[in-house]
Order: sequence, then structure tokens, then C-alpha cells
Amino acid sequence: MSPRVAGPLLSILGLSVGLALLDASGLAFWQGLMINLAIFTILVVSLNLASGFTGVFSLGNIGFMALGAYISAILTLPLAVKSEYLPDLPSWLAGVHLDQVVGPLPVGWLAATLIAGLLVAFVALLVGAVLMRLSGHFVAVATLGFLVIVRVILFNADGFTRGSRTFSNVTPYTNLWWAWACAVLVIYAVWRLKRSQYGRAMFAQRRDRWAAQSVGISILRPRLLAFVIGAFFTAIAGSLYAHFITSFSPTVFYFDLTFRVITMLVVGGMGSVSGSVIGSVVVLALAEGLRRVEDVTLLYGLSGALLAAFFIAVIVFRPEGIMGQREISFDRLSTRLRSLRGGGGPEGPETEAP
Amino acid sequence: MASPPAASVAPDPSLLLQVVGLGKHYRGLVALADYSLDLAPRTIHGVIGPNGAGKTTLFNLLSGMVRPSTGAIHLLGVDVTHLSAYRVAQLGIARTFQNIRLFDDMSVLDNVAVAAQRHLPGSLWSAMMSTRAFREREERIRARSAELLDLVGLGDRTDRLARSLPYGDQRRLEIARAVAVGPKVLLLDEPSAGMNPSEAAELNGLIRRLRGDLGITIILVAHDIPLVMNLCDRIQVLNYGVLIADGDPATVRVDPGVISAYLGQAKHA
Ligand SMILES: Nc1ncnc2c1ncn2[C@@H]1O[C@H](COP(=O)(O)OP(=O)(O)OP(=O)(O)O)[C@@H](O)[C@H]1O
Ligand SMILES: [Mg+2]
Repeated sequence: MSPRVAGPLLSILGLSVGLALLDASGLAFWQGLMINLAIFTILVVSLNLASGFTGVFSLGNIGFMALGAYISAILTLPLAVKSEYLPDLPSWLAGVHLDQVVGPLPVGWLAATLIAGLLVAFVALLVGAVLMRLSGHFVAVATLGFLVIVRVILFNADGFTRGSRTFSNVTPYTNLWWAWACAVLVIYAVWRLKRSQYGRAMFAQRRDRWAAQSVGISILRPRLLAFVIGAFFTAIAGSLYAHFITSFSPTVFYFDLTFRVITMLVVGGMGSVSGSVIGSVVVLALAEGLRRVEDVTLLYGLSGALLAAFFIAVIVFRPEGIMGQREISFDRLSTRLRSLRGGGGPEGPETEAP
Repeated sequence: MASPPAASVAPDPSLLLQVVGLGKHYRGLVALADYSLDLAPRTIHGVIGPNGAGKTTLFNLLSGMVRPSTGAIHLLGVDVTHLSAYRVAQLGIARTFQNIRLFDDMSVLDNVAVAAQRHLPGSLWSAMMSTRAFREREERIRARSAELLDLVGLGDRTDRLARSLPYGDQRRLEIARAVAVGPKVLLLDEPSAGMNPSEAAELNGLIRRLRGDLGITIILVAHDIPLVMNLCDRIQVLNYGVLIADGDPATVRVDPGVISAYLGQAKHA
């Protein structure tokens, strides 16, 4: 088997073994952390698709996550809870309860997640059709406006969201396996997309809009496609989050989370899918470590400030992040390993050109 | 018999490219005025003129990248005057740029593939799931791109980053990329600029092959007068945005207006 095929398969196998061990260990803290990592990875890879691939800096993706979380939570509430908890729901929605479970499969939740993804993708299509025509700073500001609007809507749509009150009673469907199954699928899809005609069109219009048009590539189409697919995946992350944390309010889906995801993206490298995974791991580990320092030293707020300082340092000293646009190449990784073991063989960095 | 008003000349579908009264002004400056062209298939058409004569402006207008102030452009009888640049390219007008515009952080092969892929479309789903159909399509796009890179003499450099190529190679890569679009008309803006004499001679052969083997009609802008005289079936001369001569190379070469335009430039320089 070529390293190109064996590499990803081995990675998935290794991940599965690791998850099985973690699952059996009963270490609740670490299990939670790994679920968080999966959710962050999906958010970062999706933002990479929407922003890194296209060069359109979108600051509104957490708005899509919020919509995904609320839609899935509302759709899956069991009937008994629903009538009491959300009494003002319109009747067509009050009767919906996607809480069916077939054997080990929470099919109702899976359907709700898919519905959330599709609805959010549709919202993204409408928003993107207008915003993706803008350029540079304007898109950033406009997408930020979208985030603010979503928040206002969530706060005011009391009947659906309970407004500023905490939305709880969400069934905890998300576990290690579901979270990582989704993460692996998203990573795979975006990684393949990068090397396809769609990815090439996205990178081409990012590099030079006139050259791209000169070969028949529109500016709007690839951007809109990336924006919509990214929103779809982000909504799925929202559903995973909702059914993991089980209670939340609109305040969690705001600047803090937006900033955390952007930090992960930039640290990993805009345009690199493997970079997004690495960036998620690095920043989450750092944040977790700093939080402990905070607990010991009682200097609350320290972790946020240090993370922001780290982000600034990366932008100043290594703006392309850890990976730039490159990807981990299993081909070169294997020749490198072989040469370490047996000597000989070409030496080179384990990365390939984008 | 009443002659039709100039603005609504009926397009002639037998002509590959028909341009009537094309003009562009930037505030007070007239970059191009009342330019007309009837381009027959399989010609190599030269456009020359001193610096600032409006040659690049003409290409920007023909490729849909700049909106004309006046006039109309028809490609095989279809009005393309107000279409977006990418639509114009899809319909068959491809170009290169005087100040090279490659996708310089992409590989040489990908620079061509991004243009060639349009002819082998596939679904989003097949791409994301990397189905067999997707992989076969990618293989064909790569094969087609490699073929075009061979044609321009870059077949051995497919994996390099575009920005790592020397100047002359970058120009040839831009030509391969434009040809990959599958154009009916190819606009070459100063393709020999920055090339050494042997590269320029190769370019001469390449342009002939594009016309001869691939049947592409070419409009060539160049300062290299011998190259233009040697290659072109017909030459137009622009000066301050205005056509001052139009004819075969032998006629244009001895045209007194042309000679004085170039002498005038030499005096200013
Ligand atoms: N975007 C623009 N805004 C203002 N003026 C412009 C613009 N583009 C071109 N011009 C002017 O139009 C005139 C024609 O320029 P153009 O680039 O078409 O000349 P050219 O024949 O290609 O010259 P060269 O041989 O130097 O490439 C010049 O005077 C130029 O300054
Ligand atoms: Mg010019």
C-alpha cells in the first residue's frame, strides 16, 4: 500500500485505538477535552475553508455555530419537556421531537443535525450571495455584523430560544465517537476539496482575481461555495457542542469563541488543513495549561491575556503560522522514517507544496 | 439605400471577432478611441505602437476586465461587450498579461490545471469523497496540463512553484495557462518582454504552432518589431489611442505616419 493511502488509514486506526482506550479509562476530564478538541477542529477546518482557502476574512462563523446549536437542540427536545420548557413554540414546531433512538444510533439527533446543517447552509447562501461580493476589510466587518445580528435574534426570539435565559435539558448525545467521526469526515472532505478543481479555483481567485477571471473562474462562485460548505460544517459543530454541553445561552457564541477559533486557524496556517488540526491541538493545550496556572495563581484573566499575546506574537514573527499553506505529506514522512531506520534515502521536509 | 447608424452595425457571425467603435477614456485622457477590427479565424494579428498608445487598454477591453466607454465587441456574432471577464474567457477570449500574473504560490502544473479543469467538470460530492470518478477526472486534468506544458517547453518543471521560475519561463507558463482555457482568440501582451534572443526565437515557433496545430487565432502586442513583422498576417498601429495604420507588414513598415510616430517617440526618449 502506498504511504498516500496507508498514512491516513494508520492515522485513523491510531485515533480509534486512542479513543477506545480513553473511552474505557473513565477519565471524564480528558474525555471532555478530546470532545472539545474535535469540535474546535471542525470549527477551525471549516473557517479555513471559508477564509483560508478564499482569502475572504469571515468573522461570522460562530453565528452559524449558534444557529446550528439552537436548531438541533429545539428539534431534539422530547415532547414532554418541550411543551413545558418552550410553551410559545408555533404548533408546527411544538410537535417535532427528533429524539428517536434505534439500537445504538440516535437517529433523531443525526437527522436534526443534518437539518440544522442544511438550514444554516441556506442562510449562508443568502448572506454570502450579498457579502461575498465585497472585498477585504468590508467582508470582515460585514460578517462581524452577521454575528451581532444572530446574537440579537437569539436574545429576542424568546419563544424559540428562551432569550437570555439558559437553554438546558438538551439530551447529551455527543460522545467521543460521534465527535471524532464528524471531525474526521470534515477533515477528509476539506482536505480532498483543497486538491480538487473547487479548491484550485478558491486558491486561484485568492491569489490573483484578474488572473483567475482570465481563465474563466468567477470570483463569487468559489467564495460562496466555500462560505456555504463551511457554514454547513460549522452548524454540525454547533449541534455537537449543544448535545455535549447540554445547557448554554447566546452569550457563549460570541467574541471569545470567535477569537479562539481564529487564533487556532492563524497558528496552524491559513490554507492548511493539517495546520488547522495542529493549531487546534496547540492552542487548546495552551489554553488548558494556562487555565491551570490561573487556578493556582488566582490571577484570573491571565490565560486570556497570554493567549492573545501568543496570537500577536505569531502574527508578528510567523504570519504564515506553523504550516503556511502546506500539508503533511505521508509520502515524505515515510521516506524520512525509512531513512532514519536504514540510512540512505532522500532527506527532506515532510511537507509538500500546496 | 440608407446606411445603418454606426452604433447598431449588425454583427457578422462569420467573423471570429468583430470590434466596432471601441473607446475608453480615463477622465480627460483618451486611452483608446474609435478602434475597429474584423478578425478572421486562424490569423496572427499584430498591434504595435509607442508606449502609452493604448495596446494594453485594448486587451483589457477585449477581455472584459475594463468597461468600454464606447463601442461593441462581438465574438462569433455574440455580443460580449458588457460580460464579466470570466464569462468572456469561458466564451473563448483568453489572454496573458504584460506584467506577468501567475498564481505564484501554486505549482506550475496547478497553474495550468486551474484553467484546464473547466472542460472536465465534476460534482462537489465526488470531490469531497474522492470517488473513483473524481480521481480519474483529476488524472485527465493533470495529463492535459502536462501536455500543454510540454508544448511550451516546461514539461520538466511541473512540480516547481510558479514564482521560482525564471522570467522567460513564467511568460511561457502564462501562455500555457491561457491556451488551457481552450480559447478561440488568444491575446498575447508583450510575450517576448524579458526574454533572451534564443527564447524569443523559440517563442516565434510556439506562436506559429498555436495557430497551425491548435487553430487558435492570435492578437499579438509586442515592442519587438522584427518579431511582429515576421509573424503577423496583418498589423495595426496605435498612437495616442488612435489607429494610424492598418495593413499587411510590408505596407505598415513603410507607412510614413508609422515611421514618424516611432521617430517621435525616439526623440522624446
Ligand atoms: N487605469 C487607468 N487609469 C488611468 N489611466 C490609464 C489607466 N490605464 C491606462 N491608462 C492610460 O492609458 C494610456 C494607454 O495605456 P496602455 O497601458 O494601454 O498603453 P500601452 O500601449 O499598453 O503602453 P506600453 O507599451 O507601455 O505597455 C496611458 O496614457 C495610460 O497612462
Ligand atoms: Mg501595455
